[in-house]
Amino acid sequence: MYSHDVIIVGGGLAGLRAATESSKYADTAIISRVHPLRSHSGAAQGGINAPLGNAGEDDWEKHAYDTIKGSDFLADQDAVEIMTKEAPERIIEMEHWGCPFSRTKEGKIAQRPFGGAGYPRTCYAADKTGHYLLVTAYEQVVKRKIKVYSEWFVTSLIVDNNSLKGLTAFDIRTGDFEPFKAKAVVLATGGAGWLYGKSTNSMINTGSGMVIAYRAGVALKDMEFVQFHPTALYPSCILITEGARGEGGYLLNSKGERFMQRYAPKAKELAPRDVVSRSIQKEIDEGRGVRNLYVHLDVRHLGREKILKGLPGIRDIAMDFAAIDPIKEPIPVQPAQHYTMGGVDCNSKCETRIKGLYAAGECACISVHGANRLGGNSLLETLVFGKIAGENAGMFSSSLEDGTQNAEGIIQAASESEKKRNSGLMEGNGDEDPSIIREEMRALMVDKVFLFRTKTDLEEAKTKLTGLKQRLKHLRAISDCKIYNLDLIRAIEVEEMLDLSEVIVTSALNREESRGSHVRLDFPNRDDLKFLKHTLAYKTPDGLRIEYSDVKITKYPPEERKY
Amino acid sequence: MRTTPDKIRLRILRFDPENNLEPHYDNFTVPTKPRMTVLDALFHALEKQDGSLAFRYSCRSAVCGSCAMYINGRQRLACNTQVSALGSNITIGPLPHLRVIRDLVVDLEPFFQKIDMIKPYFEAREPFPAKEILQSQKDREAIDVAIDCIDCAACFSACPLSWTDPNYPGPAAFLKAARFIRDTRDSTMNQRLALVACEDGIWRCHTVFNCADACPKSLNPTKYIQYLKRKSTFSRRGRSAQN
Repeated sequence: MYSHDVIIVGGGLAGLRAATESSKYADTAIISRVHPLRSHSGAAQGGINAPLGNAGEDDWEKHAYDTIKGSDFLADQDAVEIMTKEAPERIIEMEHWGCPFSRTKEGKIAQRPFGGAGYPRTCYAADKTGHYLLVTAYEQVVKRKIKVYSEWFVTSLIVDNNSLKGLTAFDIRTGDFEPFKAKAVVLATGGAGWLYGKSTNSMINTGSGMVIAYRAGVALKDMEFVQFHPTALYPSCILITEGARGEGGYLLNSKGERFMQRYAPKAKELAPRDVVSRSIQKEIDEGRGVRNLYVHLDVRHLGREKILKGLPGIRDIAMDFAAIDPIKEPIPVQPAQHYTMGGVDCNSKCETRIKGLYAAGECACISVHGANRLGGNSLLETLVFGKIAGENAGMFSSSLEDGTQNAEGIIQAASESEKKRNSGLMEGNGDEDPSIIREEMRALMVDKVFLFRTKTDLEEAKTKLTGLKQRLKHLRAISDCKIYNLDLIRAIEVEEMLDLSEVIVTSALNREESRGSHVRLDFPNRDDLKFLKHTLAYKTPDGLRIEYSDVKITKYPPEERKY
Repeated sequence: MRTTPDKIRLRILRFDPENNLEPHYDNFTVPTKPRMTVLDALFHALEKQDGSLAFRYSCRSAVCGSCAMYINGRQRLACNTQVSALGSNITIGPLPHLRVIRDLVVDLEPFFQKIDMIKPYFEAREPFPAKEILQSQKDREAIDVAIDCIDCAACFSACPLSWTDPNYPGPAAFLKAARFIRDTRDSTMNQRLALVACEDGIWRCHTVFNCADACPKSLNPTKYIQYLKRKSTFSRRGRSAQN
């Protein structure tokens, strides 16, 4: 049995930042299914928001207002205030730790315009900001000699009497189960993009941290709010940063028309992501897409030098994955799932309802993004709330005498039962293949639970998901090899992803209004009277239960959202 | 670019230390689709033919460094290698010269441990200013490219010195050292130069450019090793050592 005061699940930006902070107070370890440097944070391109004012006047209140308006007023305003006030400090800290931000003429951190923001607020390092931030955060973990369990797969949380006791996990490199004892756990496992057949996410983004919290009794909040990024490369759905439009790129339909002028006359290409994604989808649906499949993102007019300097990464991506050089040709793009606004229900201290369990980053829902996240705010959330979660988990665990004293029996038993569950999969005698079920689910989510939703579609999706869950009970035998058993990992993931899809569909079905990223064609308007509320989805023995909680409104009363 | 054949044959080097005494090749026939990558083909083999196949993956967009392997005779990332560029016979093995955990998964612990030899973290002079440390655009450009390493270990696997000298930090470690030494904000240049210019350090490099040739991000670690040699020769520490 391994034992640490604080265990951080996930080695992306939120997890690394949490670990750095927590290690000041308590013995801390990171456990991650991949080496931290393989985390999805590294794929973030465009930048990280902070009202530094390096490219024009700005302050936290403007940043907060833009974030809240962008969220379609579903964000908790106290949490947004914390995030935007702490933003400069967190970014300066990363700079002091060596993050190679691009620079202004005066030598300050460079900032570029991003969607839904009134000012050029997005600090950037070319178009590889996430990669550089991830490397920088990892360097600090190496410097502090924080223990990292790389390539371990966490299967469940151990909770007794509403207190966190530890977790169960197996070492992917040996296949061995090992219980972990902990006084506090921070979930920082990222989003659930892989539920969708079209997604910009890494293939490891299956939402596993969300599921283990959900199964332990924590609600998943606002899961119906899924962000679709307007410009994913066709057909692979690899991300093409919003920075391409921030630098001045145009979106063109098959007639060569800058169609965003029609949908958002003022902001045009730099309207928030939900608005731009729907506009692109409309162009395609109404027959003005190129080959009826995608639209063009044109950056040619920016010129070779600006592209090579500001967008070298997306040039490589376009050349490697679409055989197109953006200096010479427009880039084919389509909307694709990009971000999970919802997540593990927690407050602005990152606390969940289970004592000792915290969440931060994309897997958490605090909520700072509400119904639609602004570009550049996700990296910011990981650092601000990663630190807060690490601090609170570290302080909480050091204040405990030894809460896990008598828990060894429970922890051992939990690990044994998880081990049995895995062996059960290897003894399956059905004929269903998990990868086929997964691909049917991913196609269903794109067909029925995408940008435009209706009651009919959502009900159909729900029925089909129930069918897929039934089929999952009749799986073929999963490979019983011990070392690096991908067949096993991917079978476990399918079960987890089906649970999450069910939560998304049920939450979307119950929210009979259109707000931010969640658009119901049968309820086209925002309904503040009934739905200015957070959805809470609980797993109960009788199935999924939906509840609602109030949105915290401090300074900015809801108003119509126009761009 | 060649036209994509309808089907390709993957010849994959397999090894399971629990059940095999020696590695062997298995063949998989995989139907192709437009813009198919080697990683796509591996997933087809895993999901449709053999659930025990082991390989690493994550971002599938050439930024995470998970899927470096040996494809048709050279180190490449499976995710950004188009099947159409390789023809109908594709031979895949794990990164050479690293211990195989299983199939295409190798033990990268030695790689990361060697990076640790160069103090792989930034250290600016304290106390920090209240705001960012100022850096001119020109000074920032000096670390361009050197910061783009994705730690995939392709260079490490291609470097003859890394194969044979357990104390040689290797191309990725040196590239990282150069990234810090070139950064005007970092304050530990002399300490770091001492770490890389030691007996088993930069002077051992054979300058065969294997690392540059293997890098899937088109970086050139050899160039930075030459830079470190110059820097260490002309640095104050170098001069005082001569005196």
